Amino acid sequence: MDLNLTDEQDEVVSAVRALLTDRCPSDVVRASEPGGFDPELWTAFCRVAGPTIGVAEQLGGGGASLLDLELVCEQLGSFLAPVPFIDCVVAARTLAAVGDPGRHCLDALVAEPSTVSTVALGPVVDGTATLVTSGSIAGVLIALDADELVLVTGAGDGAARGNLGSSPLADRSVRDPGRSVLATRDLARAVHQQALDEWRTLMGGALVGLGAAALSIGVEYAKNRHQFGAPIGSFQSIARDLAEAATLVDGARLLAREAAWARSEDDEHFAPLSSMAFLFATRAARRASTVALHVHGGYGFTLEYDIQLYYRRAEAWPLGLGDPRRGVAHLADALFGPAGAS
Amino acid sequence: MDFRLGPKSDAFRAEVRAFLDEHLDPEIIERAHRSGTNHDKDFHRAIGAQGWIAASWPAEYGGQERDPFEMTALRDELRLAGAPTDGMGLSLIVCQTIRRVATDEQKADFLPRALAGEITMSLGYSEPDSGSDVASIKTSAVRDGDEWVINGQKMFTTLAHVADYVFLLARTNHAVPKHKGLTMFLVPLDSPGIEIHPVHTVGGERTNATFYTDVRISDHYRIGEVDRGWDVMTVALTFERGGFGLSEADRVWEQAVGWAEETRRPDGSRVIDDAGVRERLATMRMHNEVARLLAYRTTFVAATGGLPGVEGSMHKLFYAESMAADAAELVDMLGSEGVLQRGEDGAPVDGWVEHLFRHAAVTTIYGGTSEMQRSIIAERGLGLPRSSR
Repeated sequence: MDLNLTDEQDEVVSAVRALLTDRCPSDVVRASEPGGFDPELWTAFCRVAGPTIGVAEQLGGGGASLLDLELVCEQLGSFLAPVPFIDCVVAARTLAAVGDPGRHCLDALVAEPSTVSTVALGPVVDGTATLVTSGSIAGVLIALDADELVLVTGAGDGAARGNLGSSPLADRSVRDPGRSVLATRDLARAVHQQALDEWRTLMGGALVGLGAAALSIGVEYAKNRHQFGAPIGSFQSIARDLAEAATLVDGARLLAREAAWARSEDDEHFAPLSSMAFLFATRAARRASTVALHVHGGYGFTLEYDIQLYYRRAEAWPLGLGDPRRGVAHLADALFGPAGAS
Repeated sequence: MDFRLGPKSDAFRAEVRAFLDEHLDPEIIERAHRSGTNHDKDFHRAIGAQGWIAASWPAEYGGQERDPFEMTALRDELRLAGAPTDGMGLSLIVCQTIRRVATDEQKADFLPRALAGEITMSLGYSEPDSGSDVASIKTSAVRDGDEWVINGQKMFTTLAHVADYVFLLARTNHAVPKHKGLTMFLVPLDSPGIEIHPVHTVGGERTNATFYTDVRISDHYRIGEVDRGWDVMTVALTFERGGFGLSEADRVWEQAVGWAEETRRPDGSRVIDDAGVRERLATMRMHNEVARLLAYRTTFVAATGGLPGVEGSMHKLFYAESMAADAAELVDMLGSEGVLQRGEDGAPVDGWVEHLFRHAAVTTIYGGTSEMQRSIIAERGLGLPRSSR
């Protein structure tokens, strides 16, 4: 057992952290609202860790493991960075997974890593994928349309729907005449399922980072804010909530890393672990940001304090995959097989 | 990163399983369950004969120099099998302390017998009026020549009725602040003046109240320096908080899943096909995974030279609280039959879920209450100012 990062992983994490510390203070996050995308930051980010680092080296990528990518996502989450790294990484890996039909598009992404790509997480209904994550900024869209995994290139109309997390969400048509088919039937469904599991894992990492950052904002506030002649962090009811949130965040971090690690080292358990990692990180991030906001008292609900940025995103980000309660049913399927199987 | 325990642990795990197949008769588990005494003398000796009571210790003390991950594998297998291990756990806490603070003569007297499983130790810290605030205890030890005279009462002296010694915290100096006037003794339980009264718990465990009236013991039984008992006990408590791996929740989850897959409702559907059942079992599995990771992290920190105080507290807090919540969910999941106890006809999951519900309440309290763990996390982990209680 080894819970330490490798030197290479430490280097990547430090580089990403240094970039975001410099280029992504909270006023950058605020300035990106409501569209949720900062093209300049994204271009700078791609020079440090572009999304094709998650593709095999023989395909022109960086050969990063899902764990390497998850560690990057923890940093993105802790800065609430308005960049589409998760969606782009999952899309690039999906193109790699289908082989030849995705090769041309993948080569283009390798050549121009800042091109935004995404996989529609939900099913296509009547030719439209709704509320696609990064849908308002993506020039490359992959979607599961009935039995076909399809690729649509070209920008959407560019307008994000107004939403809680200030995310670049948009509805996208997939009945474009220029669309191509990446895979069909069982392969299409399996590749899409794999993309969802990888998205769960990476979003789990981002939520861990979000939760940890929100918690530390709450802890600092509780140390410095005085009422009744004492720092409010010395009151047990406040300390108790923060201690419990810290425990959830630590547990969520271990679980997200384990799930990401399993993708290459213990693939048999990847599906249930990714599902657990996503659900538990969702709970941890929501609890941590809720507690941290609450600790601020009245200042917590003013827009001036940063904690509201975390609070809104902790609720909004996981909903890319719909009702988390249905995520529990999904986990049950991964653990016990589908209901009524025998 | 590597989340596997590793090949050495896997090999040891296989060895432990083979041992349990041979030595852990289901009747032993049943007897422990019925009596509430989670200790079996013969089984304890068999574990001792394997050299596993302190398997991580250096060979010079009779250990096998097993690494911390092998120890996790050992504990995991004992837990999953439902083996009665209180005697092993409690004796080891005492022995760890003896090894670090006792004289050579004391080590030679106690350690070989304890490691062989020939003697068992219990803990005597808590008193009726001193639980989490253990430094406030009143039991006294007064020096009389080469002897000590002990008077007082201890609470939750688990295994005292089958053990050979009680590791007793006593006040030896009333003139100094409460933490500074305490001394530890390893009191032979067959000493005249000791009375042991059973205390039965909601978890089905039998523990004890023990009474000490003019109990005379030789100075040989004093462990560590006079008035330094708090430091000695802290050494032991560090070990009590560490050393968790899988828990009862993992064993009962496996049993519950097996039961739900095999059992059919009157309409012919499998219990596992019920959405309420699936979601509860899936959620519990997630909690168990987090608890296991928090436990393994504690082991990892210790294995790499750290002192996992906050990590241990996080594990204890999460494992106990989520087990209590999940046990309640599982009882609900079983519906009206969820209340049926082990031994009753038709008790689902052989009554183990009902038992877990009762047992879980105990785990949120012993070994440091959830409230104490939260304070440790808040103050030592998050650096929040010390609370005024």
